[in-house]
Amino acid sequence: MLSIEHVDKRFGTRQVLTDVSFDIADGRLTGFVGANGAGKTTAMRIILGVLSSDSGEVCLDGVPLTADDRRRFGYMPEERGLYPKMKIGEQLVYLARLHGLPPASARRNAAELLERLGLGERSGDLVESLSLGNQQRAQIAAALVHDPEFLVLDEPFSGLDPLAVEVVMGVLGSYAARGVPVLFSSHQLDIVERLCDDLVIIAGGEIRANGPRDELRERHSSPRFEIRTGGDAGWVRTVPGVEVLEVNGGFAVFEAQTDAASQSVLRLALERGPVSAFSRQRPSLATIFKEVVQ
Amino acid sequence: MSAPSGDAAQTQHPRHPAPSLGQSVRLVATREILARLRSKAFLISTGILLLISIGSVVAGGIASQNQTLSKVAVVGSAAAQVVRQAGTLAAVEADDVAAAEALVRAGTVTAAIVPAESQAGYPLPLRVIALSGTPLEVVGVLSLRPEVTLLEPSKQGEGLVYLVAIGFGLVFFMSAITFGSTIAQSVVEEKQTRVVEILMTTIPVRALLAGKIVGNSIMAFAQIVAIGLLVSIGMAVTGQHTLLGDIGPSLVWFAVFFAFGFVMLASLFAATASMVSRQEDVGSATSPVLVLVMIPYFLVIFFNDNPTVLSIMSYIPFSAPVGMPMRIFLGTAVWWEPLLSLAILLASTALVILLGSRIYANSLLRMGARVTFREALRG
Repeated sequence: MLSIEHVDKRFGTRQVLTDVSFDIADGRLTGFVGANGAGKTTAMRIILGVLSSDSGEVCLDGVPLTADDRRRFGYMPEERGLYPKMKIGEQLVYLARLHGLPPASARRNAAELLERLGLGERSGDLVESLSLGNQQRAQIAAALVHDPEFLVLDEPFSGLDPLAVEVVMGVLGSYAARGVPVLFSSHQLDIVERLCDDLVIIAGGEIRANGPRDELRERHSSPRFEIRTGGDAGWVRTVPGVEVLEVNGGFAVFEAQTDAASQSVLRLALERGPVSAFSRQRPSLATIFKEVVQ
Repeated sequence: MSAPSGDAAQTQHPRHPAPSLGQSVRLVATREILARLRSKAFLISTGILLLISIGSVVAGGIASQNQTLSKVAVVGSAAAQVVRQAGTLAAVEADDVAAAEALVRAGTVTAAIVPAESQAGYPLPLRVIALSGTPLEVVGVLSLRPEVTLLEPSKQGEGLVYLVAIGFGLVFFMSAITFGSTIAQSVVEEKQTRVVEILMTTIPVRALLAGKIVGNSIMAFAQIVAIGLLVSIGMAVTGQHTLLGDIGPSLVWFAVFFAFGFVMLASLFAATASMVSRQEDVGSATSPVLVLVMIPYFLVIFFNDNPTVLSIMSYIPFSAPVGMPMRIFLGTAVWWEPLLSLAILLASTALVILLGSRIYANSLLRMGARVTFREALRG
């Protein structure tokens, strides 16, 4: 497990990170969410050791990270970049070898990865000759080519077409399944919502919320329910202990103070006819984000 | 959390030992060299430089062979003997004075040497016939020559000194500019394309900088050696053996000084280039270094006959690669002087590398506006 512990960072007079602490657990996808300028990239660069923190530490299983640990990290910076005039395959082999892989494994990894990302036939092409989406895929390959034991990806999905998003989600998922901790940031909250196991929300350089996704949802969900019935649902207004927020034909949204009240609505509805849906409204990540950040 | 044990994760990833600093430097240097070798612009400019150097040697050889002796018509055995002894003129036998005159008028010979009509007032019984002006070359052969003592004999001819000065100056200037701007561009390319961020998380920044300097220095040095070899072979083939013997030692010293001098310049180019983020700004960022490269070039062309300027140049690290070989060629340097100058050059190179790597490391992640020297040094 990687722990970020009480990290502070200022650039000149600007405080960029304030007492930032969170954990990235083995085998879990951790989504890192925040507005532009919230400090995501700075935090990631500190984890990677490209920037040093003013105070605080980044520890792997309780021990401060060393340069040798970091060499086993895979990193995809937000600002994409590979050598434009170098062949993709060669470039991946070069990066893998800088990470310490022997030539044969470097070549094998590069070829396998390109194949998996759908770039198998482009291995001999120059990076600059690739479409933007394919350059993104190549970039992801560059972060993975040395079989990292830890992944840090800054906005891995930006600029990807929906097909590539699926491919990349699959790849990240398979890394997590192998036990690799994965930290990724994204603006696309719907993707984060689908993909991540844990969530870290940062605003103004401070961690605002942090924990397993479902727990966060639970914590931020209101006692709000939806029901969809056959006939008009206006009768829900008459149920005691229930405040109706919206009725639209057979569909109603209401708040129930107790579980008993919400269950009585369901029971009454079933007595009147078929119920096609009854659920507690879970806040979307976007809602939680707004709530937490404000 | 629901994480598999660390051992399980590790069996998935065979651990490879971290590459040593040396290995990282080698990998970076190899990439730099391959990138250069694949660049058409580089191959073409190198080809042109090599062609120019071999061309100038061949042209020099042809010119020296075409320098045939001036022809003079001779009448009589006394005249023929004088010309033969002089060795700087070619004799064309003429039957009589009229025939000799005809040859002079026809322009076949520059002058004619014929027996004198009267010996009054002249020590030699010979007369020189020319068309419109006194042929000094011919008269010089026939003149009496007093003993001449030179207080500071020049080892090399003036024209040759000038050519060699231009040669050293130009080759240093061209190679330093070509490879200096190459390394500057490659630094900014990495910064502009942000690939540097990946590289920085993978290997130490000093390995990255060292690899770039080593790779480009090897290429620059290889070019210098190729030029030196071509020039030497060219001189040997075109029969300019004496010239080769004169220039040889200074060529070797030039290569040695260039090797270290270029490492210093390369560090400066890399450091100044790292302060900007776009290719368009490379020129203005590296212009102070360009001036440092240009000064020795102009100095050696204008002051190759000024011993004081050359002596100073031969000790200043930036101009030593041109100044010291020049003095060795002129024979004005004592044996220990190149060694002392080389020591100074090595010390300043080490210092420049230290400063340069600091600027480089502090500037790499600063995108956008140009980083000031103070920010870059302070970090």
